[in-house]
Amino acid sequence: MTNPTAERIKGIVASSDVVLFMKGVPEAPECGFSASVVQILNGLKVPFKGVNVLVDPQVREGIKSFSDWPTIPQLYVKGEFLGGADIVRAMFQEGELTTLLSDKGVLTAAS
Amino acid sequence: MAMAGAEIERLIKQAFPDAQVIIVDLKGDGDHFGARVTSGAFTGKSRIQQHKMVYEALQGQMGGALHALALETSAPK
Repeated sequence: MTNPTAERIKGIVASSDVVLFMKGVPEAPECGFSASVVQILNGLKVPFKGVNVLVDPQVREGIKSFSDWPTIPQLYVKGEFLGGADIVRAMFQEGELTTLLSDKGVLTAAS
Repeated sequence: MAMAGAEIERLIKQAFPDAQVIIVDLKGDGDHFGARVTSGAFTGKSRIQQHKMVYEALQGQMGGALHALALETSAPK
């Protein structure tokens, strides 16, 4: 059985090291939870690709079953699902996010 | 239809009888809640697993009737 949406999501996830499925665009998030993840990624100066699910109903629904996660935003790093806004924030606060991103080689070393 | 904070707490406690649950109505609108859940059931689980366990306890309401639940989970220290 092929699921075209899942295939498309797979392609999106693979298209960039850090992919954020979000509501709105990074420059103008349309949901507080999406905005908080954007702020954290920008704060760490992590380049990422924002995918606006509000303009893509198939991805908006499909990503939930793809990740087995009920809400947006969703952060992927190197193809691996990291979590939603709460998890990203908790990982950031504990310093785990910085460690993980630099281990994955997506964080430019701070000068 | 939004979910009442008391209902969120009831569903979480039903799934995790030992849980300490703190629910906060973040915006005072009955639609954006924060929950801090501490339960022995989380011991040894990753954050993703812990959050999924709570979402399961909410019986599919998350992302539906329950628009926003800022979740913090932890095992008792």
